Amino acid sequence: MESKYQLAVIGGGPAGMAAALKAREKGIEEIIVLERDEYLGGILPQCIHNGFGLEYFNKELTGPEYAERFIGDLKESEIEVQDETMVIEINDKKEITALSKDKGIMKIKAEAVFLAMGCRERTRENIKIPGDRLAGVLTAGTAQRYTNIEGFVPGKEVVILGSGDIGLIMARRMKLEGAEVKAVLELLPYSNGLIRNQVQCLADYDIPLKLNHTITRIEGKDRVERVKVAEVDDNLDPIPETEEWIGCDTVLLSVGLIPENELTKGMGIDLNPVTGGAEVNEMRETKVPGVFAGGNVLHVHDLVDWVTEEAEIAASGIADYLKNERVKKENSLNLKAGDNLNYVLPNKIEYKDHNRNFVKLFMRVKKPMEEVEVHFINKGKTILKYNKDFALPGEMLTLNLPEKIIDENMKNIKISIKKQDKEDLYEK
Amino acid sequence: MRNNNVEEIICVSCPKGCRITVESVNNEIKNISGYNCEEGKRYAREEFKNPTRILPTTVKVKGGEFPLVSVKTEKGIPKAKLLKAMDVIAEIEVKAPVKIGDLILKDILDTGVDLVATRNVEKVD
Repeated sequence: MESKYQLAVIGGGPAGMAAALKAREKGIEEIIVLERDEYLGGILPQCIHNGFGLEYFNKELTGPEYAERFIGDLKESEIEVQDETMVIEINDKKEITALSKDKGIMKIKAEAVFLAMGCRERTRENIKIPGDRLAGVLTAGTAQRYTNIEGFVPGKEVVILGSGDIGLIMARRMKLEGAEVKAVLELLPYSNGLIRNQVQCLADYDIPLKLNHTITRIEGKDRVERVKVAEVDDNLDPIPETEEWIGCDTVLLSVGLIPENELTKGMGIDLNPVTGGAEVNEMRETKVPGVFAGGNVLHVHDLVDWVTEEAEIAASGIADYLKNERVKKENSLNLKAGDNLNYVLPNKIEYKDHNRNFVKLFMRVKKPMEEVEVHFINKGKTILKYNKDFALPGEMLTLNLPEKIIDENMKNIKISIKKQDKEDLYEK
Repeated sequence: MRNNNVEEIICVSCPKGCRITVESVNNEIKNISGYNCEEGKRYAREEFKNPTRILPTTVKVKGGEFPLVSVKTEKGIPKAKLLKAMDVIAEIEVKAPVKIGDLILKDILDTGVDLVATRNVEKVD
């Protein structure tokens, strides 16, 4: 038995919830949200700290509060939510196979699919830290779930590798729960965490942040007892003379996120090696018509507010697709990352202005820079320029490309970040 | 003692993270610059005079679908009281159901700030 829906949303985190609600608002009736966990909200319910919602709700909320706004709206909307259900395959006909705790094997045929599977964390195995195989080595997100949802603190003396937001947040969380956080180590010469987290999670508690440092070995018997820490050189290789042991019983790893795109790949969609996600047009539609993606499965976001916004952009596109209301441009306009820019999304603009005044672009810079100009370049000429006081890899750059400057014949826009005139903060 | 002092405060009111400069003489603010909104100016003044932080944490729940409910202080409490507040909160246990916004503890450590729930936890049998 195959059930039919207009829209199947894969993942009930912030992206999936926002997309389902927006699609319903745009008149899409038959929607199902498939969620593998026992509750909705994705990572948000375990992100108990505040700082969410400032962009989207204009109000500072905690993760669970941010999630609850959408969970409550979903309940009211009566959109079908199938939790404890893991999608294992989607084929190019948009036929979905899922394993459900209460329904067994489910077969679903959808006219449109929104991919919102989010990310998983990189593990010790991914980064290959030598040493003993021990209890006490876990990803920061796992430690966060144990501490904030399941109710046990995973250690007493902690070393954290990685100063992204999850690492910083967990440093504070472990400290507040009575653990001693011996150090946060960062391989790069700067932290990729949000500024407010660097201030409020480390500086507030005098937790040392060791830049240009990594763990070269983990040792112990059954449980972690010590880690060997070394400074790294310009090539990020450990410098043997700088190695020292730090005693600890727990190592938390906050060493990056991997978009969970196995289902995407299964549909024959290639991944962009920089983002780890699919390539998409301005509606966040992949190369398979009717298959859209948004949130962390598309590219890793630093603010959930942008995830929500991106999912809503996608949902509007999904509604247009389902209602057959799209008009293709004669030429699609490719957007490319130029100097100092790691990536820009969307990758291209394929459809004509559909009551929009601009296309919102999400970008990430390669390194921290101060006093920059963002140039939109077509055929070697700057057609639009924004000034920014600073640009940080840890904070996504969002800028609008106004529809009125897009010429029907334009085929490429390259976006480059240039220094105004001062020296780059970290460049010698 | 601060005499002529220039302090850089990174505003955390929003993700922009403006770097705000507070110039003071004998602890009295003479000039604030580098902010981009009124909230930034207010934050810099407060952070200079009396730094406060919202404290997000969890408390135990009896009879709920989850063993914990997330909570927060409704407003910032003095930075110096954060760890003491954790000790107080560690002693609390509430009964399910809990709704977002439910009062968990009134006036924590005489700060005038209440501790409230930030997640719904349903009751289970």
